Amino acid sequence: MTEPDLELMNVAPGEHHDSMLSETVSYVVGLGLALLLTGISFWVASTTSLWGPGVATGLVVLAIAQMGVHLVFFLHITSGPDNTNNVLALAFGVMIVFLVMIGTIWIMAHMNSNMGVNPQLMNLQTQRG
Amino acid sequence: MTTSEASTIGLTHGGSEDTGLGNRGPQSKNIVVPYGFWLFVLSDMVLFSALFATYASLVHATNGGPVTSQLFNRTNVAIETLALLISSFICGLAVIAAKRKEMLWTLIFLFLTGFFGFVFLVIELTEFAGMIAIGAGPQRSAFLSAFFTLVGCHGAHITAGLLWIGTMMAQIWAKGFQPHVTRRLLCLSVFWHALDIIWVAIFTIVYLIGTLP
Repeated sequence: MTEPDLELMNVAPGEHHDSMLSETVSYVVGLGLALLLTGISFWVASTTSLWGPGVATGLVVLAIAQMGVHLVFFLHITSGPDNTNNVLALAFGVMIVFLVMIGTIWIMAHMNSNMGVNPQLMNLQTQRG
Repeated sequence: MTTSEASTIGLTHGGSEDTGLGNRGPQSKNIVVPYGFWLFVLSDMVLFSALFATYASLVHATNGGPVTSQLFNRTNVAIETLALLISSFICGLAVIAAKRKEMLWTLIFLFLTGFFGFVFLVIELTEFAGMIAIGAGPQRSAFLSAFFTLVGCHGAHITAGLLWIGTMMAQIWAKGFQPHVTRRLLCLSVFWHALDIIWVAIFTIVYLIGTLP
């Protein structure tokens, strides 16, 4: 069996590789999608026609979608076999990021609400920094 | 690399070809260097996640001082976001131009990347100066300490990126498109795109959610 070309087995992160889209088109599509998602984010944050309590969650979802657009169209991270190493590193990074953020927010919120011996003491609004 | 070379540096086991690397040896530098840089960028994101977690925990700890909705201006944030997005896009065009070895276009695109990054930085620093001027500096409350640490850390990365862009332009100008120079350019583009990803999180979590009615 002949070995495939070295450079075809793995692709460096940020490096474009063969696909249906030419490289420039990929950037233009990415820019368009990112602008669209940014626009929607600012609209969602400004409008009063959406259900208020859901807006923050919606904004986080839009942000994650835009991060996905940046990863795929700008950093060219794909699900292709030549990208396995890049995706695995990314997956590990995302796992740590979520553990740190969700873990911290979860624990700190519960400490604030469950450990309040004296409500005045636990009120962060009046605490010194 | 031949098999005998690979075995002398321990990449194959005696008598066995099944090393997981085939008989190809390690990947070329063009793969290994950007991959290592990708790992650095991901660790940078882990660093930012800690700052985000801190900010989210302290955002209401205002000590009677100004709160998010009194401090942030959405128009400024929209301009900053646009500047950084365009900068990121043009950085991609610079990499494409470098691949085609078009010296002039590479330098023009890199200059524009840096220019829009600079516009972003100026708006951000103006915002910081305005906040400090009205007594909302980092020492005012835990919320503001967390804010200046998080957003300031991103701004520091942008500043470092601008220095890198300048260095990169000089290197491409002086050395031409040698393999090690284009590798550095690719790493720069990964860094710059990653900073834009972090900014997406900042403008959503800090600015937009902070100014919801």
